[in-house]
Formats: sequence, structure tokens, C-alpha cells
Amino acid sequence: MTIIKIEDLVFEYRRDDESPPVKAIGGVNIDIEEGSFTAVIGRNGSGKSTLAKNINALLLPSGGAVYVDGFRTSDEGALWEVRRRAGMVFQNPDNQIVSAIIEDDVAFGPENIGVESDEIRRRVTDALRSVDMYEERKKSPHMLSGGQKQRVAIAGVIAMRPKCIIFDEPTAMLDPGGRREVMDILLRLHRDGITIVLITHFMDEAVKADRIVIMDEGEVVLDGSPAEIFSRPDRIRALHLDVPLAVDLCDRLRRRGYDVPPGIVGIEEMVAYLCR
Amino acid sequence: MSIKVKDLVHVYGEKSPYETPALDKVSFEIADGEFIGLIGHTGSGKSTLVQHLNGLLKPKSGQVFIGDAEISAKGAKLTDIRRKIGLLFQYPEYQLFEETVYKDIAFGPANLGLSKDDTDDRVRESMSTVGLDFDTFAQRSPFELSGGQKRKAVIAGVIAMRPEVLILDEPTAGLDPKSQRDMLDMLLNIKESRRVTVILISHNMDDVVRIADRIIVLEKGRVALDGPPAEVFAHEEFLTSIGLGLPLAAEFMRELRIRGVDIEGGALTADEAEESLSRYLKAKENVR
Repeated sequence: MTIIKIEDLVFEYRRDDESPPVKAIGGVNIDIEEGSFTAVIGRNGSGKSTLAKNINALLLPSGGAVYVDGFRTSDEGALWEVRRRAGMVFQNPDNQIVSAIIEDDVAFGPENIGVESDEIRRRVTDALRSVDMYEERKKSPHMLSGGQKQRVAIAGVIAMRPKCIIFDEPTAMLDPGGRREVMDILLRLHRDGITIVLITHFMDEAVKADRIVIMDEGEVVLDGSPAEIFSRPDRIRALHLDVPLAVDLCDRLRRRGYDVPPGIVGIEEMVAYLCR
Repeated sequence: MSIKVKDLVHVYGEKSPYETPALDKVSFEIADGEFIGLIGHTGSGKSTLVQHLNGLLKPKSGQVFIGDAEISAKGAKLTDIRRKIGLLFQYPEYQLFEETVYKDIAFGPANLGLSKDDTDDRVRESMSTVGLDFDTFAQRSPFELSGGQKRKAVIAGVIAMRPEVLILDEPTAGLDPKSQRDMLDMLLNIKESRRVTVILISHNMDDVVRIADRIIVLEKGRVALDGPPAEVFAHEEFLTSIGLGLPLAAEFMRELRIRGVDIEGGALTADEAEESLSRYLKAKENVR
């Protein structure tokens, strides 16, 4: 079942009143299956973040339409239905935390939509447990590491019980340990059935998705499984991106004359090849 | 220019309930022209340390020497020192403020009182160092540049001051892979073309391993490791335990070994991993 439907999406903006409109997204069509994990990659300025913000109605289409679980984002009455279903996690954890105590921060969203207090308590507990931050619940967010802050931000989204979560470069500002923590949580949420859209510049994160969409100059230029997408390294590099290390190493070994089978994108396939 | 830090101690919020030791007897010496990678998880003291290197913070105790000058001394003149130290914070593109790239880069040199011609020379020279074509970019508004180009423009502005020490905090964070490669090539260029001491703060172990002569690891305000990349990254378990990691290639080879592939360790880069894999496959073919 399709949960997010992006139909001929066009998004234009103006720098100021006199300048002509700039087209950030020019006619994008993407259907995202419920429960899937899609990575969106593309160079700086390719329109990835603009696309993400169009999914939960932070930006509204200049043309075409975006539907979340059947609700059209540009339909004014549907705004909260859309946001309740599609949560968003941003790059900078410091910009997403509003309260002085962690559990209050997580309760902020459900309180705002009028959830009754017993239910809020249940949701906050569940959400903090699912990001492994329950023990820390009484602490102040400013005492946390970057990875922990990002996990609190994710808990705040989970407490809204969304069907999908859009992550806009959630690990870009984190240290390696923080990156591992956030990716582990993201994969766990995916296993629990939440639809994930991940925007990233890290190819080793993108390769963990079921599907990769590559944006360039506001359009979708490639769309497929990681194995399909990374089967032509030269094309990926021409788009200012890179291939995961496993793909690069296989490519190098082929050039040295080894008969490496196609489709190796990660560690599992590499082990299978080396041990056969 | 050489740097010497001796028994540096810094405490935030001293004598308040929030008292936090940030640097605890940090000591090291950096030779003129060395390229240092400074790593450590968020909160390990990296930013506090570099703020001592240009006198933005004063130590509780200990000494900081830039060249022969002790900048931690009472009454030390910091204006001259700050001119010699170019410090680039995280996400520096937010610091661009002029109407054109040219004006932005020229701002510093013009403030030094340089003539128009000398300023012009410096703008051209530093744009060429960072790889921004003068004719294409000089008259553009900084807002028309891509993320990677903006960051290069800021670095050009710092280089135009001809610093003897360049400190960069996460210069590749948030850039796409191509811009990251360009940024690293630019840093290699700076490393090779000038006698400038560089300190690169990064969470990206691949950047550090590719470019640094030596790596300093900070943990809880102390120097935990200090040495050439191969030596530092040999401490796999320790680095992972303090919230850091290994370069992608080293991590990949380690995973292969964990999953039972009997392959040699030690590879830090894709080139080295390629060699190891090739040797492994050749040995396997010979067995058959």
C-alpha cells in the first residue's frame, strides 16, 4: 500500500520580490510503500531537503500534489492529519529540543494535540524506551551528547505515533558513536513497521535502505535497489556522489582481473563472495 | 609556526554547581608545517582546546606558546597572534556577509591596511589556492554558491590573511561526497604548497587518515593517543569505546575478520584494502 504519494511535484521560490522564481523541484513522481525504507541522496542543492519538507507540509507544492496516507498536504484542513502521520527529524539536534527536562520535551507534541494525560505518560515511556533514553528521562537535554539529543528528538516524533518518519541528514553533525546510535534506532523503527525516508550524504547509510532515490537539479535521476543504483560507479560519481566501499573495492578487484560477481553492495555479500 | 601546549587546564563554571573540567593537563608540541588531525567525541574538549590556541579562552593553569610567544601569559598581546592564526568554525558559510565573493575575501586584507593592488593579489591568490575560478566566482553573490563553494570562499577569506597556523573545525560536515573530495584535495594543496601548520578537527576518520601526518585523540579533556595514523588506528577497541570509529576501510576489514574471513589487518584506506583483498584472493587461488 502506498503511504506517501508525490505526484508531479513542482516547488518554486523567490529570493526576493524582484528576482525570478527558482525551480527547486521540477516535476517529481515518487510512490512510497508503507513500511519501506527509502534513502534519498543527491549533491548539495539537488532538492532533497526541499522534497522532504514537502512531505510533511512544512513547504507546500507550487504545482502537483503530495499525499500522506490519503491526506493532501495542500488541503488546509488536513495539515494536522498530515503532520501526525509524517514526523520529521532534522540535522541539528539543538534546534529541535524545546523543554528543560527530557520527558517534558517528548510530551510536548502529544500535549499539543490534546492527548489525555495517562495516554501521554504511556507514549512518553514507550518512546523513550524505544530510543534507549528512558533512564535519562529526568535529565536536562543540554547535558546530553549529540547522538543522545538526536535520540530525544526522535522520541518526540515517535510519541506522536507517526506512520512515517522523514530523517533529513540526522547524522551530519554527530561524531562516529552518535552516528551509530542514530542509525541503530532508525533501523529498529523500520523493523517495527514505520515507513522511513532518509536523506543523507553517507553512502554507507544509504546502502542499508530497500530503495534509493537519487535527486539531481530538482528531478529524480535514478530510482532502484542499492544493487541496481550502485552497479555503475562512474555514473554515481558524475552525480557528485560516491559508491559504498564494498562496491568500490569490487570494482577495483575486477580491474585487476578478478572475476567478482555483480550485486555486492555491503559486508554480507562480500563475506559470501570471499568465503565461497 | 610551531605550537606548544604545556599542562593546560581549563574549567567551565568554576566554583559554581555546574563546574566542569574541560581540559585536564593537556600537553603536546606541534612542529612548524605539521598537519594534525584532532579527533574526539562531542564534548571531549576539542573546541575548548583550539579556542586556547588563539587566546579566545584563558587557561586556569598551564601555558600555550605560539612560536616563541606565550599567549597564555598575563597581558600577552593577542592582536598579532590572532592575525597569524586562521580559525574556521563549524558551518562557516553562515559568516559570509558581503555582496560579492571578492568583497568578502578582500575584507580582511583591506582591514590590515593593504593597498588596493596588494589586496587584489591576495584575493586572486587565495581563490586559486581553494580552487575557485576568479573570473567565474569573484563577482558572484555568496548566496549563489553551492554549499561546498561557500565554504571554500570562507576559507579563501582566512587564507588571504596569510595565517601561519590554520585551524579548521569540521570543514567537510554536511557536504556531498564530491564536495568532500574537492575540499580534501584543497587541503592537500594547502599542505603541500605552503609552510602553514594545520589542525583539522573532524568526526570523519577517512578525512583524517587521508591527510594528517599525525593524530591527537582527546578524551575527557586529556590526550588519550598521539601518533601517526597507523599507530593511532591500531587501537580499534579503544577508539570505538570512546564514541569514535575507524576509517571505513579499516572498519570494513575488521568486520570481514569478525565474520570469519581470514584476512590480514592494518589497511586504513581503500588502496590498502584493495591490496589486502588482492593478496587474499591470490593466496586462495594458489591453494586450489
